[in-house]
Amino acid sequence: MTRTFQSKSLPATRRQVLRTAAAGGAMAATSPFWLNLARAADAPIKIGFSMALTGGLAGAGKPALIAMQIWRDDINAKGGLLGRQVELVHYDDQTQPANVPKIYTKLLNVDGVDLVVSGYGTNLIAPAMPIIMRKGMVFMSLFGLAANDEFKYDRYFQIMPAGPEPKIDWSRGFIELAKGKELETIALVGADAEFAKNAVAGARTNAQNAGFKIVYDESYPPSTTDYSPIVRAIQATNPDIVYVGSYPPDSAGMVRAANELDLQTKMFGGGMVGLQYASLMTSLGPMLNGIVNYDFWVPEPTLNFPGIQEFLAKYQARAKGQGVDPLGYYLPPFAYAYVQVLGDAITAVGSLDQQALGDYIHKTTFNTVIGPVQFGANGEWAKSRTLMVQYQNITSNDLEQFKHAGKRIVLYPKEWVSGKFKFPYTEAKKA
Amino acid sequence: MDLFLNAIVSGLLLGGFYAAVSLGLSISFGQLDIVNIAHPAFVITGSYVTYMVNRALGLDPVLIGLVFSPLFFVVGAAVYYVYYVSFEKTGQEALSGLVFFFGLMFIIEISLIMVYGVDYRLVAAPYIGVTWRLGAVDLPLRMFVPFVTALIMTLAIHLFLARTFAGRAVLAVAQDRLALRLMGADPVKVKQLAFGLSIATAAVAGSLLIIIGPVEPSVDRLYIGRVFAIVVLGGMGSIGGTLVAALILGVAETFVATFYGPSWAPAVSFGILLVTLAVRPQGIFGRY
Repeated sequence: MTRTFQSKSLPATRRQVLRTAAAGGAMAATSPFWLNLARAADAPIKIGFSMALTGGLAGAGKPALIAMQIWRDDINAKGGLLGRQVELVHYDDQTQPANVPKIYTKLLNVDGVDLVVSGYGTNLIAPAMPIIMRKGMVFMSLFGLAANDEFKYDRYFQIMPAGPEPKIDWSRGFIELAKGKELETIALVGADAEFAKNAVAGARTNAQNAGFKIVYDESYPPSTTDYSPIVRAIQATNPDIVYVGSYPPDSAGMVRAANELDLQTKMFGGGMVGLQYASLMTSLGPMLNGIVNYDFWVPEPTLNFPGIQEFLAKYQARAKGQGVDPLGYYLPPFAYAYVQVLGDAITAVGSLDQQALGDYIHKTTFNTVIGPVQFGANGEWAKSRTLMVQYQNITSNDLEQFKHAGKRIVLYPKEWVSGKFKFPYTEAKKA
Repeated sequence: MDLFLNAIVSGLLLGGFYAAVSLGLSISFGQLDIVNIAHPAFVITGSYVTYMVNRALGLDPVLIGLVFSPLFFVVGAAVYYVYYVSFEKTGQEALSGLVFFFGLMFIIEISLIMVYGVDYRLVAAPYIGVTWRLGAVDLPLRMFVPFVTALIMTLAIHLFLARTFAGRAVLAVAQDRLALRLMGADPVKVKQLAFGLSIATAAVAGSLLIIIGPVEPSVDRLYIGRVFAIVVLGGMGSIGGTLVAALILGVAETFVATFYGPSWAPAVSFGILLVTLAVRPQGIFGRY
């Protein structure tokens, strides 16, 4: 009996031990510490940002978001970052700077994002800076012009290739091209808004350094409807060069007014945002001929970097029917690249440690779809690659022509030059 | 002298366009006392309709605006009915009505973004980019066509209000709603007609706007302050006054932009408004 009892009790004890072990294991496995650890290992890496999806800058914000989603899908298809999938957490800032601090506070404190990147444009980047700096986060920034000048934050990295002195470098190429042409006078005009003011301020400095006499220096309100009076006032001063810092509606207005009034000058253009957009290029068509304007990427053979064509094919497929720029040459490659840099840095560092990521980004040259990218001490590109392109040989309003080389010729910097400068503007616009 | 002449002509052309955008508001705000802050949003909707049809069929933008104005009229009449039932009938139009039109403005803006996206839109017409040169004066057709259209539209609205029974009823409802009711007319139907008319003008104004420059869904916000200023300056509800006020602002803006720098243009325009209201609080053509 005893043996029987013992023999019966033994399995019971074994069961108890097993039960206890199982229960202990389950308790250990379900304890908050282990749960969090397991979740963290499997959970996606969240990248948070605000983006202008409505309001005045939505025309740039939406294509930027598409580009970032392409990167997310590309990286997730390769297994993600550090073995984790990547998730984008974003909110529409409505192009209202006042919304930006709220969004980043929520992203960091409520959504618990692992990384942050900026929205599009200087006005929507600067308001996020104090919050990001307080948290010590790496902050990849998308097209901020001199947004870090006042903050001097050492983990700020800006993808627009404006160079170490963004205000100055923005118009350096335009003035450099003018310097070789025996010109004397310049007119400066720009919108009364953050970016345009910075662009014109830089052009003013460059013009003064080059010894040009400034004969017209005015700003106009962004609500301006007719640009003819401005063009007439400029023409009355008979300048050799006309530098314009403008946003898309103003750029279209200035170009149309210049053509309608037959502006007589030798160089025209400079810092006109919007002339890179397919909608404006196709609408203005031959009116663009002769204009020399900044750009960052154009389909010229000198800028055919590895991966760019594949990216553009994906972008153009996704852009269809979304009411965004169908070509995507201006901003989307850079929106892809600024998260590409962050992703490459995380892979190389092997963690999300912000200090290590910041240090790595500072010391590394990244190979991206927009070519090699290296950041300087202030987080801007170590060397400017602000292109000056001239619109040439545009004979119609057809979109297809802008997909090929030969319409926006790179004139500056010299390592990317793809054709000859047609000079002066009055002759070049006849082409 | 050439600069002076051109500044005057450009100002008149610009003023004509401002009149087209403000005309509808002159009816709704000036005559019906409805603070339709969404009026510029209806104008942008007119621009998008013009863009869509111009792109699909290649029709002239002004023609498209005219063809679609009856549809806008119906929409306007429907919007007024909702406004009347929800707010005016219960006497809550002062604040709630304002919120209603604010909301309507955002709904229109977001709807346009959802349907058309956020890219800039422009139209094609053979006269865009063409300039007539009359001696020293340049006449860009991109501005001249909207100017002529605006003048015709202003004249048509003026004649309708002054010469037709329905038009006089609109003027009557603006002056004394109770008296109109005593005459056996239904003020609600009259106001519905007038509000529909004000939104119908937005279809044409929208077609003119997209001829002048590119539009995107939030462009309407740029015009809110200016159109209200023009209606107040002209004298609430005065169609002729709206045209004159628009021309004054257009010439003032252009003159300042040409001779003193464009950044001063809005300040001078609103300065004119303040001075006029100080001297003549009822506006240039205001009756009371």
